[in-house]
Parts: sequence; structure tokens; C-alpha cells
Amino acid sequence: MSILGTRVVRIEDPLFLTRGATYTDDVVDERLAGAVHATFVRSQVAHGRVLSVDTTAAHKAPGVVAVVTADDIDLDPIPAGLPMVPAAMTRPWLAKDTVRFVGDIIAVVLTEERYQGEDAAELVEVDIDPLPAVVTTADAARDEVLLFPDAGTNVMASFGEPAPADFFDGCEVVVTQAIANQRVAPVPLETRATAAAWGEDGRVTIWCTNQGAQQAKGQIAGWLGLDPDLVHLVTPDVGGGFGAKIGADPEYAFVAWLARRVGRPVRWVESRSENLVGMLHGRAQDQVVTIGGRRDGTIEAYSLVVDQDAGAYPRVGVVLPTLTMLMTPAVYGFPKVHAQARVLATNTTSVGAYRGAGRPEATAAAERAIDLFAAEIGMDPADVRRKNLLPPFDSPHTTPTGAVYDSGDYTAALDRVLAAAGYPELRAEQARRRERGDARQLGIGMSVYVEITGADSGFGSAESAELEVHPDGTATVLTGTSPHGQGHATTWAMLASEQLGIPVDRITVVHGDTDRIPRGGGTMGSRSLQQGGAAVHQAAIELIDLAKQRAAQVLEADPADLEVDLAAAGISVRGVPGSGVTFAQLAEAEPLSVQTRFTAAGPTFPFGAHLAVVEVDVESGKAELVRIVTVDDAGTIVNPLLAEGQRHGGIAQGVAQALLEEVLYDADGNPQTSTLADYPFVSATELPSFELVEMATPTPMNPLGAKGIGEAGTIGATPAVHNAVIDGVSHLGVRHVDMPATPMRVWRAIQQAATRTQQEGSL
Amino acid sequence: MQVSMTVNGEERTDDVEPRLLLAHYLREVCDLRATNIGCDTTSCGACTVIVDGLSVKSCTVLAVSAEGAEVTTLEGLSGPDGELHPVPAAFRSEHGLQCGFCTPGMVMAAIGVLAANPEPSDREVREGLEGNLCRCTGYHNIVRAVQTAAQAGPAAGQVPSSRGVTA
Repeated sequence: MSILGTRVVRIEDPLFLTRGATYTDDVVDERLAGAVHATFVRSQVAHGRVLSVDTTAAHKAPGVVAVVTADDIDLDPIPAGLPMVPAAMTRPWLAKDTVRFVGDIIAVVLTEERYQGEDAAELVEVDIDPLPAVVTTADAARDEVLLFPDAGTNVMASFGEPAPADFFDGCEVVVTQAIANQRVAPVPLETRATAAAWGEDGRVTIWCTNQGAQQAKGQIAGWLGLDPDLVHLVTPDVGGGFGAKIGADPEYAFVAWLARRVGRPVRWVESRSENLVGMLHGRAQDQVVTIGGRRDGTIEAYSLVVDQDAGAYPRVGVVLPTLTMLMTPAVYGFPKVHAQARVLATNTTSVGAYRGAGRPEATAAAERAIDLFAAEIGMDPADVRRKNLLPPFDSPHTTPTGAVYDSGDYTAALDRVLAAAGYPELRAEQARRRERGDARQLGIGMSVYVEITGADSGFGSAESAELEVHPDGTATVLTGTSPHGQGHATTWAMLASEQLGIPVDRITVVHGDTDRIPRGGGTMGSRSLQQGGAAVHQAAIELIDLAKQRAAQVLEADPADLEVDLAAAGISVRGVPGSGVTFAQLAEAEPLSVQTRFTAAGPTFPFGAHLAVVEVDVESGKAELVRIVTVDDAGTIVNPLLAEGQRHGGIAQGVAQALLEEVLYDADGNPQTSTLADYPFVSATELPSFELVEMATPTPMNPLGAKGIGEAGTIGATPAVHNAVIDGVSHLGVRHVDMPATPMRVWRAIQQAATRTQQEGSL
Repeated sequence: MQVSMTVNGEERTDDVEPRLLLAHYLREVCDLRATNIGCDTTSCGACTVIVDGLSVKSCTVLAVSAEGAEVTTLEGLSGPDGELHPVPAAFRSEHGLQCGFCTPGMVMAAIGVLAANPEPSDREVREGLEGNLCRCTGYHNIVRAVQTAAQAGPAAGQVPSSRGVTA
């Protein structure tokens, strides 16, 4: 029986559950003996001129080895690395003249002990003359206060053109709405951490918590002006990433630079309050949707205009809106689609990828727009969706924005989720509560989504795998993907086991070491299974070919007469199990290993439908999620247990954005949510258990038939829950509430709708 | 300052700074690195350990204030033969962990929940774990794991101890 599609429990868990995983700050290595600890001194001012940095007192503090400021730096500033960004928008390693966000690094203290670092850092005296802060995209777009005066603008990039003036001509109904897709914090439980040690051979070993060792290595070597061969980068166990650990952070390269400067290994682990200002944030789009069509529910034209807040320095956030624009047509067959975006610098933490990275923003906009249109024409939102969904397709469909969807059946996904949720019964219950005027009203919200996974991020849609069987019958898989919770050790072992017959617990999966695995794309964009897993599958097949050739000599048989003997984990003569030679025996004679690289035929487009049920207390405005039912079609599933886990986590983060989480700044750019006491990270009490519905439409893009599953939950859940809250108060005249739909926002919207109704009544 | 306590069954005495947190003491002095630190405001619970039968956030306890206490960390739960304690065993069977960073604290907090309430409802599990944050699982499989562990009976709410454990 095939192991694929079965609920194999994780082989990495026994270690995680007895000794604990080994995260970067847990690494014990002789190369790190005598390491000093780095503590960064960060700006408390969002925008200002640095007048002076006095390190005299800090130098004298106990345990201080060095205090480094901008004057000590011999490195070029960090370039944007993105061709569309003005060349003047670079990031200095340490702020010299200007600080651009609360969290900008001004100095670093190196101490013998970690606690001494906190003491000494407080003694660094920084004098800053504040400048007006640019906090919102609207502020930034005025170009009155510039973050980079030499650039002459706060615009980092622009994509697309305005819609033609006649774009909505002929539509019976046109609805437009400004929507904030708010800034959120990824908050992996493991904060950023790194350690660096230089060897006598002139090479540096860098340990860091990251989603792609090879990419990070290349960046760090480039920034430090090093031959990449001199950099050995290791990502130990990684305590969550969610996109925020894609690419090297400047701190990682800088710690390596510091280690060379002081001639000792250096370690750094950030505190959570440092993490909440220093690590990349996500989303942060101000959108305007306009949707037009007929009163029968047919949509004729749809436009999405995005202002992306990129934060102070350009990172991945600059290119996120291109993904939003690509996915603007969503699951619909709208005849006319328009998308445009502008990326703006603000005096805030830089924005990067966060679970979904540009696609949740597209889905949220489209799904909100559909609901706004449905409310305007008085039609059931499920019916409006059905009327406009693309019909089922199993050959490529090219959208107006140029995406080539591989396969999909969006109506089936919607029908399945409505049936599983009991949609008519829910609407009936909603009607009863409305009629009674209950304080706790029912809100029903839905979303239908499609997303792009395994997109070519500039490193190709390809992944490496190496597979070796050892003489003791165990096997090792080397992968260029970079698990940080996804369970690749188990799934990649399943894929090899399926072909070779070696039990999963005899297969070790290695990742995240650039000396052992020089090429790899890491884990991001839900690419791992469809590219990295497919590479392991391909490696196993190539290893069988190699084993057959060798077995042919041993068995004195024609390779064509040989087949895999799964029970024996070897090669036997066709039809005569047990007649042959095991992979282990072959490996005894000479190493039995293959290296391969799998290139996907293209990205894949997972899809699904979510339905959320909320209870909204119309007196307090508090919305509580009581049910969420999801169909998430990611093609063929290799391990349902792990795939469900991915869905669960994504759903929770999606719900959190709809109801709770938001990074806030005051008017001067001071962060208001820089601890976990202030940032409303979703807890167990704010979520129900989830109701998952199965659906699997294989993709032709890889031999596994697998699409990505890592980000589906966030993409589907956010608009479903958001729509549900608004649906719960729509009978009171509310048409839109921005996320997060907090009690205050919902309550205000109810009051405003009541006032509006009263005014209209008195006219 | 000198501090003496029993950690995972081993009595030990160490010289520590008065301000040293129990979490750092366990990680850096005792070299027990399963216990993680995920925040600086006692919000996330990654550092939860059992102190004298109660689940406690070790980032909020000074090492010296645990004088004379019996402390159990994840490393002290399961036997040397590799047999898992019922709670971590259930976390494995129900896929209640992904990246694993919250897991040591979550497991210890779950033991605390089951010690206080051996047959909790789902809602009671969620309320009991409110102070322990997880970014990966959406808590769905953590709740299932705690319920699965509860089926193992009283052992799920206990830690190995020379003195016996009470909630």
C-alpha cells in the first residue's frame, strides 16, 4: 500500500518533544566558544537628524568589549537590490546623519555577558533633532517631507497606469470603497537570532534563523564584499518564519562583520520588543476598489488601486503589490480588470512578506468588492459569486492580468463549503435573530479564492535534491528547501520511501547548510512540496535507475528485467521478489547516491472557499468567530495530517487579521504595539476549532500533482471573517468596517449607520 | 548569590546573579535549552515550566526565588528509554506542534491544565492555554492533543517527581 496520502506522524517530533529543537540561540559549537554578545542601540525617534552619539559611559561599563558607531563602518550602505527603486534609497548599517524609523540602528555594544549588553546599551547617549514623521501612505504621497531627499520623492516604485476614464461606462451600478489592508506583525515565536565565527582559513560560519540559507548567504556575501565561497551559512531549527525570515536581515551580516572586527565569535538574539520594531511587517496596503455591473448580479468591470506602505527602507514589500495586481482578477471572469499600485516610503518598520504576501490583499479586495456590490443590488453574495465565477477548467486559463491558472473548479469549492456549513439554515437563523432584534446577531461571510504558489521569485521554479543510501540501509536526503514547522523531514522521507521501500524512520532529511547544499530556493511562497518534494521524488527515481544498472552487473541480468523490490528495499528480477540485491548492499560496494534538480513546468494556483459564522453583539460591537468551514484545494495531498496543520495555522492568522491584529503608530511614528502585551496576537480563546472540507484537483505542473498549501488559510479566512462581521450588522445599514473589526470599529459603524438613517429619514 | 533547587530530579547549587531569570538559569546554567523565551512581557508562555507542581512562566521568576523548589522542564518529562509522557505523546499523535518553539512551554502548560482539571471541555482547554501563544497550529491540534492526553488518565497531569505532584 502506498504511504502517500496517509497520516504519517512526524519523525522529527520525538526529539522536539524530549530535548527540544535546536534553534539558533540553542546552538552549542566549539567555534562559538568565548562568543561576545551584540546588543543594538536603536532609535527611539521615527525621523530625525542625529546630532551626536556619545559612547564614553558605555565603554566604561562592566564587560564591554567594544562599542561601534557609524564612524567605525567601512562598508557601503545596503542597496535596495531592486531595479525599480531610486538608487538613493539605501540603508546605512548604522544611522549616521538620519534615523528613519523607531528601531533604526544607531550603535552596537559588544559585551562578555548578555545582561551586560542591556546595561551598556542604555549608557549610549544619543541626541536626535526630530523631523516631521511620515506615518501613512497619504502623508508619504504628498512628498512634503522626504525620507531620502536625494531621491526627490517618497515613491519607491510604481506599477501600472490609471484606469481609462470610460472604464465603468455602461454599468448600471458602480460601487467604490477605500479599504485598509492593515499592517500586521508576523511574530514567529522565535525572534531573530544569529551567531558568527571566523575560522583561521578566512571563512566565516554564520548561524541564523531564516527560510532560505542559500539566498541569505548570497546577500550577506554581497553586502560584506566577500567571495561567496568564504561564507558558510547554517540555518538550524527555525521557530517559525511566515515570510518574515525570507532573505538576510542586515543584523545577520553585521554580526559577521563585528566578529571579524573584534576577532571573536559574536552572538545576537533579539528581544520581542526589539523584534516587533525590527523584523519586517506584513500587508500594509491602502486600497481603493471599484466594481461595476448590472442589477442582475453580472460584474462588468473591476478596478483595484493600491498604495503599498513599504516602511523606511526597501525590502520585499516593494514588490508585493505586483503579486496583488497579478491576482486582481481572482476567481472571476470579469470582462474588464484594472490594477495599479504605488509603493511609498514611510517612517515605519520595513514591510516584507507575510503568509500570502500580496495575494491575501488581492483576495480581500475582490471578496469585499463582491459583497459591497451584492449589498448594493440586494442579492445574496453567494449568488453574485456564482454568477461571476470562472467555469471549471482543466487546461490553462489566462487572466486579464496575465496569470496562467493551471486548473480549477471554483463553483464546486463554493458549493461544497455552503453545503458543509448548512448555508440555508444559517441564513434562516440569521433572519430569526434579526426579526427578534437579538443583541447577538449572526453574520455569515464567505470568500472564494485562488492564489499563485511556487511562483518564480527570481531563483527559478526549480529545486535541488540529493539522495544517498548507506550500507546500513539508512538513507539521507539533502534538500534545498528550508522547513520551519512544515514537516519536510517526514514528507520528503515519505516521498523517498514510496519509491525505495526504505522506512521513513530510516531516512534523514538535511537542509539549511550551504556547504552541504550549495543550491536551494528555501521555503516560501508555498513552493516546497511542488518543487522540493518533486525533486526528492525525481531523485528517488534516478537512484533506482542507477541501482538497476549496478544490480544488473551483480545479478548478471538485463536492467530491463529488473524492478524495485519495495519489501526488500532493493532491486530484484521482475516477478521474483527477494531474488535480488538491496540498496544497502549496492552501497557497500560503492557509494549509491544521486544529485538532481527538478524544474516545475510552472507555478500552480490552489483555490478554495471559506465560510465564516460570527456572532456580533450589536450593543458592544464585539464580534466572535463561532464557526469557520473551509475548502482548500491544493491538488494531491501527500500527508493529510501535515496539510491540515498548514491550513489550521493559516486560518488562525487569517482570522487574526480580520478581527484582532494591527500594528499601530501614533502621529509621530511611535509604535504603539511593540510588545506582546500590546500587540493582540491571537490566542486559543479567540478561535473555534476549524471545520475542514476536502477537495483535491491535481495539477499537471509536477509529477506529484501537488499545489501549495502553506498560505491558503490566510488568503481564504481573512475576507470570509471580515465579510461575516459586516454581514452581521448589514441590516443596521453598515456597508463596510475596516480590519481589524474590533468592537470599537464595529460599534462606531453601527452608530454612524443609525445617524445616517435618521438623517435620511428626517429629510 | 547561591541558589539550590532540584531540576528534573537533580539537586544542584549554583552561584548566580540576583537578577538572573529562572528561564536563563535553566538554559544557560543548567544547559537545558528546550525551554524557550519568546517575549519580554510574560505574554507568550514559551518559557513555561513546572515549579512545585504548578505551571509557571520562568521568564517572570528570578532563579534565586526558586530556592528549594522542584523544577521540571520538558527534558525531565520523558524516560531515558524514549517513552514519551502522555502529553508530548499526544502532541505527536495529533500533530500539535509545527515549528516547535512554543511546544516545550505549551506541553508544560497543558500538564498544568490537566492537573487542575483532568477532564476539561474544549473551551476549558482553550481558556487554560490562553497564556501560551502558538503561531503555527491555530491551536486546533493543540486542543485535540490535550483532549487525547486527558484520555491517558491522571498521569497526563503529573510530572516525574520525588515528592509527587499536585496541581
